[in-house]
Amino acid sequence: MKMQYLRNVVSLRLDSEKCIGCGRCLEVCPHGVFVLAKGKSRIVDRDACMECGACALNCPVDALDVESGVGCAVGLLNTALGREGTCCGEKRACCCSE
Amino acid sequence: MLTPGGLETTAGPLVRVPTRWTWRDYLGAMAMRWGIGRDRYTVPPGLYAVGTPGEASPLVATANYKLSFDHLRRALAGLDAWVMVLDTKGINVWCAAGKGTFGTEEVVRRLAAVAAGRAVKHSTLILPQLGGPGVSAHEVRRQSGFKVVYGPVRAADLPAFLRAGMRATPAMRRVTFTLRERLAVVPVEAVQRFVPALVTMLLFFLAAGIGRNGYRVAMEQWPSLAVAVWANFLAGVVLTPMLLPALPGRAFAVKGAAMGLLTGVALWWLGAYRPVEGAAVALLSIAVCSFLGLMFTGCTPYTSPSGVRREMPWALRLQIAGAVAGLALWFVARFV
Ligand code: SF4
Ligand code: SF4
Repeated sequence: MKMQYLRNVVSLRLDSEKCIGCGRCLEVCPHGVFVLAKGKSRIVDRDACMECGACALNCPVDALDVESGVGCAVGLLNTALGREGTCCGEKRACCCSE
Repeated sequence: MLTPGGLETTAGPLVRVPTRWTWRDYLGAMAMRWGIGRDRYTVPPGLYAVGTPGEASPLVATANYKLSFDHLRRALAGLDAWVMVLDTKGINVWCAAGKGTFGTEEVVRRLAAVAAGRAVKHSTLILPQLGGPGVSAHEVRRQSGFKVVYGPVRAADLPAFLRAGMRATPAMRRVTFTLRERLAVVPVEAVQRFVPALVTMLLFFLAAGIGRNGYRVAMEQWPSLAVAVWANFLAGVVLTPMLLPALPGRAFAVKGAAMGLLTGVALWWLGAYRPVEGAAVALLSIAVCSFLGLMFTGCTPYTSPSGVRREMPWALRLQIAGAVAGLALWFVARFV
């Protein structure tokens, strides 16, 4: 079953003008957000984006932009409270179980 | 763990790593499941040989968290390959990529440090796809001359990926969150939540003495209090992750609240509480499970920070309100 998080919240933006259709974003995206059509990348499943930032970092022409981070309540709470650590505490981060 | 050096390769003498797991590796993997000794479960960064690699053999990178390394070497059974272990401070690929330790800089530095250019002639480096959030492929190429190809998400798919001429199927590119994967994150969560649950239970035991009947009656209530606390622990820490896709709503606070409602109703029904007490138990269950649901966002591979930021403010407010109301009712029930 496909997991789906909230609708219409994601900060992902694609500038089709700049895109050269190299396909790198399709290669790195773990959620199948893009497809390649007519030599350009296109966002087809925006709500599936988890804002990991891989596509933007790997786009050679800067056509992608996303406010990346970790979707972890504990981490965001820590940040909001001005505490260190992006997740539940460096090495014990819950996302780091595998 | 590693058979000591001696294998002569194009990159000089290297440690050849076994591809079979020993009982120690299984034991270690199990310990990691429960979050035991995680800080020390590392492999020294550097270049390793699998089989008898030559100039044309694939060069694959991974993190120096031993479990990441173990999954990779096991997947490479029967193949000849170079494994380059990056220094990610003992953290797995994905989390390290998020923190930037599995990053462009470390990849470039490590390629130079192990003289990867002497080991292979093809100048192609296979990175795990989940390293993507930390690495800029074109930057690596510019700085090191190595062309980055992202391998599959799961190491187990590497042989098929290599056989297909370094092509991944769409399924290999997708992160999943199957029942098995969801259950895998439960033990660490359970360990982390155990003490808070215990403290909560003891506080309720103490508070149960407040009221017109004092501690004589409180003693009789302890079993049902204990059941209520641990039922919520089980629901919030184990059942919510297990039933995640089946729970209603998209927001995790909502999914958790649904689980809490179920728990509260079950407790009320089984505990044969008076209405005031029953309502208190239900409200507290909803608030607690909703909160635990929200906390579970950190364990999933599909929640975006924008999404969590969207749901967290209203969710926390409602959870606090629910908890306060539940506690108030529970104290009222001491006196009526
Ligand atoms: S940020 Fe991550 S999940 Fe979102 S589109 Fe880019 S690669 Fe995919
Ligand atoms: S990585 Fe950038 S240039 Fe390449 S296809 Fe994606 S958006 Fe276009």
